[in-house]
Amino acid sequence: MLMTEQATGHHPQPRPRNGGQPAATVEHVTGAQSLIRSLEEVGADTVFGIPGGAILPAYDPMMDSKRVRHILVRHEQGAGHAATGYAQATGKVGVCMATSGPGATNLVTPIADAHMDSVPLVAITGQVASKAIGTDAFQEADICGITMPITKHNFLVTKAEDIPRTIAEAFHIASTGRPGPVLVDIAKDALQAKTTFSWPPQTDLPGYRPVTKPHAKQIREAAKLISAAKRPVLYVGGGVIKAGATAELKILAELTGAPVTTTLMALGSFPDSHPLHVGMPGMHGAVTAVTALQKADLIVALGARFDDRVTGRLDSFAPYAKIVHADIDPAEIGKNRAADVPIVGDAREVIADLVQAVQAEHSEGNKGDYTAWWSDLNRWRETYPLGYDLPEDGSLSPQQVIQRIGQLAPEGTIFAAGVGQHQMWAAHFIDYEQPATWLNSGGAGTMGYAVPAAMGAKAGMPDRTVWAVDGDGCFQMTNQELTTCALNNIPIKVAIINNGALGMVRQWQTLFYNQRYSNTVLHSGPDDVQANKGTRVPDFVKLSEAMGCVALRCEDPADLDKVIAQANAINDRPVVVDFIVHEDAQVWPMVAAGTSNDEVMAARGVRPDFGDGEDD
Amino acid sequence: MSTKHTLSVLVENTPGILARIAALFSRRGFNIDSLAVGITEHPDISRITIVVNVEDLPLEQVTKQLNKLVNVLKIVELEPSAAIQRELVLVKVRADNETRSQIVEIVQLFRAKTVDVSPEAVTIEATGSSDKLDAMLKMLEQFGVKELVQSGTIAIGRGSRSITDRSLRALDRSA
Repeated sequence: MLMTEQATGHHPQPRPRNGGQPAATVEHVTGAQSLIRSLEEVGADTVFGIPGGAILPAYDPMMDSKRVRHILVRHEQGAGHAATGYAQATGKVGVCMATSGPGATNLVTPIADAHMDSVPLVAITGQVASKAIGTDAFQEADICGITMPITKHNFLVTKAEDIPRTIAEAFHIASTGRPGPVLVDIAKDALQAKTTFSWPPQTDLPGYRPVTKPHAKQIREAAKLISAAKRPVLYVGGGVIKAGATAELKILAELTGAPVTTTLMALGSFPDSHPLHVGMPGMHGAVTAVTALQKADLIVALGARFDDRVTGRLDSFAPYAKIVHADIDPAEIGKNRAADVPIVGDAREVIADLVQAVQAEHSEGNKGDYTAWWSDLNRWRETYPLGYDLPEDGSLSPQQVIQRIGQLAPEGTIFAAGVGQHQMWAAHFIDYEQPATWLNSGGAGTMGYAVPAAMGAKAGMPDRTVWAVDGDGCFQMTNQELTTCALNNIPIKVAIINNGALGMVRQWQTLFYNQRYSNTVLHSGPDDVQANKGTRVPDFVKLSEAMGCVALRCEDPADLDKVIAQANAINDRPVVVDFIVHEDAQVWPMVAAGTSNDEVMAARGVRPDFGDGEDD
Repeated sequence: MSTKHTLSVLVENTPGILARIAALFSRRGFNIDSLAVGITEHPDISRITIVVNVEDLPLEQVTKQLNKLVNVLKIVELEPSAAIQRELVLVKVRADNETRSQIVEIVQLFRAKTVDVSPEAVTIEATGSSDKLDAMLKMLEQFGVKELVQSGTIAIGRGSRSITDRSLRALDRSA
């Protein structure tokens, strides 16, 4: 695919209403042509979508565009997640398009998903003609009303002349500040009307002024706390990846010598192999990372939001820690945990400024001594490493499958996961050394995210290997996009971690519901005696072949590396590998929902001993 | 401490802005005591006065979340001591020849106005702080309130400064 100049977080810049030069050229066009011209000018090179009645006028000029590649998906949800995967992999704005009514409502899940994970997304939907709005017309849905709480902003456009300005504003809002999804709903008559087009349009967003430059005094305060701390932790969230601040983060970590924990959304922001990295925190975090936060006397949160999956029971989270909280969204600061030093700003600028401030502290002789802290951390790391047992019956271990996929993948491979056990294992057992190589649905937990997100990532980064690590439950939600991949030369690879069950829910039923497996069995049925044979209806190999993919199956650990190598060698078509894995494998460590992070269990029935007494 | 706070919110005069604000309050679980919307001296700006009943920390969340709305220009909390707050009520009270003069006397005590009289009822218009109006309504209760309609609180800061000044300048720069 030819890569053209791209939509990035840095343009289009909003233009003051009185500051614009007179437009160079004015084209006489329809609203629909104006929309496509706007997408070209804003740098949208890839659009995922499906046409329908109300958006139909836009698809006519789309056919002639040399600069916008439209990828015809099989379900609008796929379009939305593909745009999200594209955005997460490339750092640019993802674009999806759908018609009115059900087309638009099918985008609701991916829009909500992008909102939770702060993904820059522009969703363009057709709307019934402006005179018909509000009359319950055919395929009418109030998609602006529906998406109001799950978008950063949305627009209803009823006049053709408003289209270029609205598209410019939508891309600007989506990509700046805390990124997020923006929906542009365009009435059919606006697409059909005659208008003029000139670029750049004059944007008008007087109420939108994201703060990116951190306050110098707060930065100095934070640096002082870092120097004074005995047990600091850098708690790194997805904002660091979005801000492109990974180089700065490495400098800060190495300068301070403080341990780093990267959340599920931040995997890859700091090399997993780095000695200062203590793992992922949270409900299924590494014991060392969870405990480091619990015992810390200072938490420096960078682009992270103290999500409940990280904090566990909030009132017992990190009881000894002072909090430095840096985020570009002021509303995140103090939302869940009060901050001692609040810093509003772009993570890259914050970290760069922190580096200077910490250097200034050091030059005054104030360097934190974390030797005792590291001896604790290292002891926990040695005693409670991430690990798993191989099944005794000789079947495939899901953790081992995922670990080998990671180890055998070419450098720079992008991994997209669905939601559930396989997601947590992919977080644990694949090493992420670079940013934007780990795509997942963190905040919303959207099953079915992996296949379409991998498709979007591959469309945006055609030279990279893209592996979707999916479960057999997730795969059955969105696998139809493999057809899209096969027909559009988007050769992704999919690993189905097929345990025949909704594994994460089943794990909870094992632990908390007396092993009563209500509606979590996906294989032949509740009376099926063939446990540990995975889901066989549908037959994923046949299904994938029917969708134009190469399909492989792996059931024997002896074949594992060979099958992965085979999949890695195929680059002209999508590949699906059905890994039949043991159904009883569980995700550990675990902090049970609603309990304190002090209650982290390293494995089933194994409560770590931190050597500090029962009452701590 | 749970207390009432009066927020003056300047917004772009665009369709749907009231829905955005109301939806934000409901989904974040904030309680609105009263809400009043109207134009300002600038045709592009509307002013929404919201009285919320929240603790101080959630109030910070309310204002931060409101600030994230793209069409919201500015939010100012008006302290009761430094602002004038008014509500308007129209109340229809049962009245006959015996009670009418007592009602009129109460109306005068509260510096309200009788705006309509019929053989069975008197309609009263009153403006003031919500405390004053509550006191008046309590006095009128004994006669029988047939119908009551009340506006949301509107409020303006004391002194010469205007909260729209800076926002207007921002708008003018971009105009």
